[in-house]
Amino acid sequence: MKKIIALALAAAMVLSLTACSSSSNESSTTESSTAESSVVESSAAESSAATEASTAADGSVMTHEQFIAADVDSEVTVETYVQAKQSWWEDNGQGKATFYTQAEDGAYFLYEMPCTEDEYNQLVPGTKIKVTGYKSEWSGEIEITDATFEIEDGTWTAEPTDVTDLLGTDQLQDHMNELVSFKGMTVEASKDPDGKDVAYLYNYDGSGSEGDDLYFNVSYNGQTYSFTVESYLCDKDSDVYKAVENLKIGDTVDMEGFLYWYEGANPHITSVTVK
Amino acid sequence: MKTVLARALSLALAVCLVLAGLAGCHGQQKQSAFQVPDEFDTSKDIELTFWAKNDTNKTQTAIYQKAIEDFHDLYPNINVTIRLYTDYGKIYNDVITNIPTNTTPNVCITYPDHIATYMTGSNTVVPLDQLFADEKYGFAGSELKYDAPSADQMVEKYMNECKIGDQHYAIPFMRSTEAVYINKDLVEKLGYQIPDVLTWDWMFEVAEAATKKNADGTYALNGQNVMIPIIYKSTDNMMIQMLKQKEAGYSTDSGEIDLFNDETTAILKEVARHAQTGAFSTFKISSYPANFLNAGQCIFAIDSTAGSTWMGTNAPLGDISKDQIMDFETVVKPIPQFDPDHPQMISQGPSICIFNKEDPQVVLASWLFAQFLLTDQVQDAYAETEGYIPVTTKAQDSDEYQQYLAAAGTDNQVHYQTKIDATNMLLDNIDNTFTTPVFNGSASLRDAAGSLIESVVKSVRRKQTIDDDYITKLYADTTTLYHLDTLSAASGAKKDLGPLPGTAKALLITLGLIWIGIILVFIRQKQAAKARQRQ
Repeated sequence: MKKIIALALAAAMVLSLTACSSSSNESSTTESSTAESSVVESSAAESSAATEASTAADGSVMTHEQFIAADVDSEVTVETYVQAKQSWWEDNGQGKATFYTQAEDGAYFLYEMPCTEDEYNQLVPGTKIKVTGYKSEWSGEIEITDATFEIEDGTWTAEPTDVTDLLGTDQLQDHMNELVSFKGMTVEASKDPDGKDVAYLYNYDGSGSEGDDLYFNVSYNGQTYSFTVESYLCDKDSDVYKAVENLKIGDTVDMEGFLYWYEGANPHITSVTVK
Repeated sequence: MKTVLARALSLALAVCLVLAGLAGCHGQQKQSAFQVPDEFDTSKDIELTFWAKNDTNKTQTAIYQKAIEDFHDLYPNINVTIRLYTDYGKIYNDVITNIPTNTTPNVCITYPDHIATYMTGSNTVVPLDQLFADEKYGFAGSELKYDAPSADQMVEKYMNECKIGDQHYAIPFMRSTEAVYINKDLVEKLGYQIPDVLTWDWMFEVAEAATKKNADGTYALNGQNVMIPIIYKSTDNMMIQMLKQKEAGYSTDSGEIDLFNDETTAILKEVARHAQTGAFSTFKISSYPANFLNAGQCIFAIDSTAGSTWMGTNAPLGDISKDQIMDFETVVKPIPQFDPDHPQMISQGPSICIFNKEDPQVVLASWLFAQFLLTDQVQDAYAETEGYIPVTTKAQDSDEYQQYLAAAGTDNQVHYQTKIDATNMLLDNIDNTFTTPVFNGSASLRDAAGSLIESVVKSVRRKQTIDDDYITKLYADTTTLYHLDTLSAASGAKKDLGPLPGTAKALLITLGLIWIGIILVFIRQKQAAKARQRQ
């Protein structure tokens, strides 16, 4: 009897192992490919970094004035300080994030700069970084793309510049990407999808829902401008998002934000105070 | 001795069984395959989430909302909550994030390429064939509370696009293709006439002619500081279509990667030549083609037919200020061809998949809602928002849709001429559309195809040399970055599964030792029995 039991147990074990074999193979494949992926990612990052380094010019740090004077698509190197960041994400295994940065002589928008999640967490507001990338222009927005960075010693946080009086003038563009403020503006009506007057919209035309970018109109000296709460910068749980959701037509507001550009000034607002 | 050996053997067996059991439990929790219930339970409240994509178009949002309300009127026990996206990639990322926690939506707008990746989970996506064929709840089923299309009223070509292997894992929702939106005035100003079917050579020739500058640095054609004659929105589509038209490799049905070939290299060098002169750019590098087209700064804006409401002087949608918009005639044509007698163009557009859940009633409710999106009222209304076409012949042939097409140009909103021109272009070319093979990783391959063009254009603009060495390195970097060397095929392509994990090796070695032990005990017992018999 013992022999039969022992044989049955052994046979059961064989069957059990056979049954497990496909799942353990799957598991093995998954683990294996995950491990391979991480190797591949790091080698890709190294390769990318090596390419950037090899094509880097002398790597000398530019002033903001020199950056503005540089040709679009030329390589640039700047020292700047992180002021804010949009959310980190992975694109085909490559981590990246968009940063609003500023130095004492001007601001730089770092579009989809490759970084690991750990690096992203280190890049808190105030962090000094040296950035090498390419000057690019997209719908009027001057930015640095395909950038690499290194963290340097030092911290600095910008104070907002009041540009209210520059709205509608060519001088406003001189402050592109800077932390700026707008004082005493009036909330104007936007039309929702049903044609009703509302204080803000989810997406530019009201086609979105909570969590999407917020768009609202504000006026100054008889001119109306479209401002945005960029949801990847300030999500639906942020104070500014909630503040805009509570705006009423006719409110007078003070605002701070980053002077982003899309076919004209399109500030990404980070704080709103109703007066 | 015999007792000690037997005890050791039993202990080893027990350990082994525990290990085997634990190994079997390890890993992702599996979900049961869905079986269609005999009856839909109308007494049970069911909550569904529907993740939907719109083209940042409030009319599309309103149509989704109305569909949800109309469906709820028919099935009061089913509540659908919509989550809106404006980007397929974001839906894809969110679904992938939610698969491990089984918090996927119930119904989801998606691309078949993405479904192939979702399917790496166990029974994650519901295969739909048994639902299609169900007499009560399938296509035009007897128990449906709405007028659904029958199976033969689904456009077969579009249904086939939703097949992965032998099964359908999605239903088509809308279909579109790419179109060239042409500033006819500028073409004629350069002394050209637009042919019935554009060729790549012709388009590039016109584009090069448009790069001529005045002494003051402005462009001779438009007198402005900016002129990008060709702007391509989706460079993955560009590469895929050019390769298809050249009958060159891209991937096999089973997922082998053929992207890196001589034709691809030739295409990239051609693209580089036109990027060098400023005749060609892309959405990612410059901006939306429509912005440049409408400002008279682009001649050939290549974008989806589902982007047609942004194209042209009188476009109902737009991002640039009115004072920047130029007055010109817009002509809509299929994408350029290498062989004008045999035009080929991509078939694209949203499909719908259903995610599996523990409760079959919830899955059935998901199917009922998904199928509701195929009814004429939803199909026609949504198709009319952009240059989409309905995916059922029932909706395409409906009086409402035919009247809509016939009213082209009577206004600049619903009946905007350019939009209906784009729609008609696709309707005339349904048989000339194609899709690429779907497998786990096909979405990455698509991204890689587009990135080749983007990289070349960027490199040219950055004064780098595009030669064979550059291309070789580009292929190697792209392979690595998009993991093309580790892609698995869903439909049987051979793949190295890698070495066995340590636990599996330990189990197999232990098993072998146990068998040896069993055999030894068996032989010893036989020998002892024979010895006893001799005595």
